[in-house]
Amino acid sequence: MKLPALNFDKKPTEMNRRDFLKSGGAVATLTLAPGVTLMAFGGDAEAQADPGKRWGLLIDVNKCAKDCNACVSACSTENGWGQEGHGDKGAQWIRKVDLKDKATGRESSLPMMCQHCENPPCVDVCPTNASFKRPDGIVLVDKHKCIGCRYCMMACPYKARSFIHEDVTDQKAHAPRGKGTVESCTLCVHRVDTGGTPACVEACSATGHGAMMFGDLNDPDSEISKALDNYPSVALRDDLGLNPGVRYSNL
Amino acid sequence: MKRLLVSLMFLVGLAALPALAGGPVIPKASGAPHAEGNEYWRINHMQLLKHDRDETMRLGDRDIQASLKECVTCHAVNGDDAEPVSTASDKHFCRTCHDYVAVKIDCFSCHNSKPETPKQALMRPDTPDSNEIAAYLKEAAE
Amino acid sequence: MERTIYREIKATPQILQLAALLGLFILAAAASILYVEHHGHIVTGMNNEIVWGLPHVFAIFLIVAASGALNVASIASVFGKTPYKPMARLSGLLALSLLAGGLAVLVLDLGRPDRLIVAMTTYNFKSIFAWNILLYNGFFVIVGAYLYVQMARSMPYSVIRVAGTVAFLWRLVLTTGTGSIFGWLVARSAYDAAVMAPLFIVMSFSFGLAVFILVLSLITRLTDRSLGPKLIARMGRLLGIFAGLVLYFTAVQHLTNLYAAEHGSVEAFILRDGGIYTQLFWVGQVIIGGLIPIALVFHPTGGAKPASTIVASALVIAGGFSQLYVILIGGQAFPLEIFPGFDVSSSFSDGVVNAYSPSYLELLLGLGGVALALAITGFGMMVLRILPTNLSDANVGQS
Repeated sequence: MKLPALNFDKKPTEMNRRDFLKSGGAVATLTLAPGVTLMAFGGDAEAQADPGKRWGLLIDVNKCAKDCNACVSACSTENGWGQEGHGDKGAQWIRKVDLKDKATGRESSLPMMCQHCENPPCVDVCPTNASFKRPDGIVLVDKHKCIGCRYCMMACPYKARSFIHEDVTDQKAHAPRGKGTVESCTLCVHRVDTGGTPACVEACSATGHGAMMFGDLNDPDSEISKALDNYPSVALRDDLGLNPGVRYSNL
Repeated sequence: MKRLLVSLMFLVGLAALPALAGGPVIPKASGAPHAEGNEYWRINHMQLLKHDRDETMRLGDRDIQASLKECVTCHAVNGDDAEPVSTASDKHFCRTCHDYVAVKIDCFSCHNSKPETPKQALMRPDTPDSNEIAAYLKEAAE
Repeated sequence: MERTIYREIKATPQILQLAALLGLFILAAAASILYVEHHGHIVTGMNNEIVWGLPHVFAIFLIVAASGALNVASIASVFGKTPYKPMARLSGLLALSLLAGGLAVLVLDLGRPDRLIVAMTTYNFKSIFAWNILLYNGFFVIVGAYLYVQMARSMPYSVIRVAGTVAFLWRLVLTTGTGSIFGWLVARSAYDAAVMAPLFIVMSFSFGLAVFILVLSLITRLTDRSLGPKLIARMGRLLGIFAGLVLYFTAVQHLTNLYAAEHGSVEAFILRDGGIYTQLFWVGQVIIGGLIPIALVFHPTGGAKPASTIVASALVIAGGFSQLYVILIGGQAFPLEIFPGFDVSSSFSDGVVNAYSPSYLELLLGLGGVALALAITGFGMMVLRILPTNLSDANVGQS
């Protein structure tokens, strides 16, 4: 954008109205320009992956109903997976796991997805840096770099990753996915970046069970931090020292 | 030896024939034209796409110039059923040029080549390009 | 003892027929690759539970054998054993071609093999896989240089020795890296073990020597060049020692795991309840790949016969494939233990032993890799002076 020229040669007393308006316009433009430029190229600071935040989930296993699949359906609709019709050969970003305690016989059920670890083994093993962790803790696959070696699938302790075995069409614009690459739960990063919550959490609230909570683990005042402070919760496979961002209470 | 050379040159000449047809017919887009001009975008679109995709992917910055989603929305081309075509059809905007220069497009193995909300894209049939208009005028003048 | 004369092999009708057969396998593999790449891995029946299948078994066998095939040259150049010196060139060539075949299978089984350039230019140095890519490329360069200095005229022996030592050390690092691909996976009970690296090193010694013996026996028979029975028997005894070492490290691996209660279930799976994996472990790896070859080569009277060594080599190779199948596919078949103390079930095969059935597409790809390796070796012997004319016992030193 071309700024109007400032005329510094004229002494202030000799300035006429036109010059005054011109200089005023220039000052106004100079003041506004950074803001406009910021909006055009820099964007809203909150929309970027903020290293000060760490997104996580808290799942209350008590509230999760055995026969409810709302989170799974919501995720597959939101992100466009699961319609290939391959049963267990198809991709699954989130799944319901039914548990039965071997010692007591108590039955429960919970959703499992990528745990968005702080020390993700999938990121460690990826040869091309396609599997990476964003500054705000969300672990993603950069499918531009993924060569489809499946080493991250071998390395994930939670079986969170899926391989796309065939051509995909009609992908969702916010969730590109294609043959020969690996994918997993993105914590609905396209929603989170605009201030929203993941589709699974929304769907769970909508059913009334409210078993899933989403929030910023680094913010002591967020609902999730307060819940983690007050109620006991566990991370799955804690012994591996991965510090996942997804925690389960009442397991 | 001479015959070999002549036949080789003939074959090379054949390869140049498509250029005589005058280049690819690129469909017009909807929406505001690019500020930098078409030539700039023709030459630099891959650089811009790659840079901006890394910004979005790695840093979560979604306010970018070269958003593939916006590209396919403005550059949607309608097929016979008045719906935008995907890269399966050779009428697709990207394919009209990429087919001509024989550069394979990798983007659309993962990205959707149709706009997600087609009703927002301007539904415009293929506009005749300057060659066709000139030919028509020439005919009309006769 | 006369000076060793190396000569190119002539393309007799028999050799050309063999070349044509290898070419057929390579073409079949190419067809399989095109089909799988076009339609996606779904056509091989791959699921999300067992993602490294038969092609990886072949690829890792070839890569591990490649590293081990260089052993013969190392024994010659680094350890100075005279009887092995005439075979050093073939050893180098075989190492290169086996690695090429193995890498071809590995790369062509990728989900996006067209992105090989990305894999070769973008590295995550925390990933042992990325390090392996660098080590494999380095192996080609170093062994290529080693082969060159061996074949160059009037090259001082010290240069060959340095090249041989560098190659020897490089392949120890490379094989450690290959073993660590599995050993560093903490997620899976069958893998997470430091002993994987030394296990793979002794596997490389064993499989590499077995392949070398078979290739040498075959090519000397096809080209009517002599190969002394004492030399074969000597290599056979070395093979016996290596096969014994493999059994030792396997025993260490499983005994250690059995002692730790947390690994008890995966051990029970592999050693007792795993069906095909248990059979392949005991019958394939231990008996056919270990005990019988050792007995064959160390037998007081039968051991000296060349046939014992050749049969033992073939059995070691069969045992090697079994071992890799158990490690690779058995390790993935065993379910992840995410919820210790719970019975789990889900729509994503949690808590169940995962099923795998190899498809003929994968088999063709693997066999194509083997054919490629053999074809490169044969071609190398045809255009370069690799194979000695006379490896009879009278001609070879006895140190």
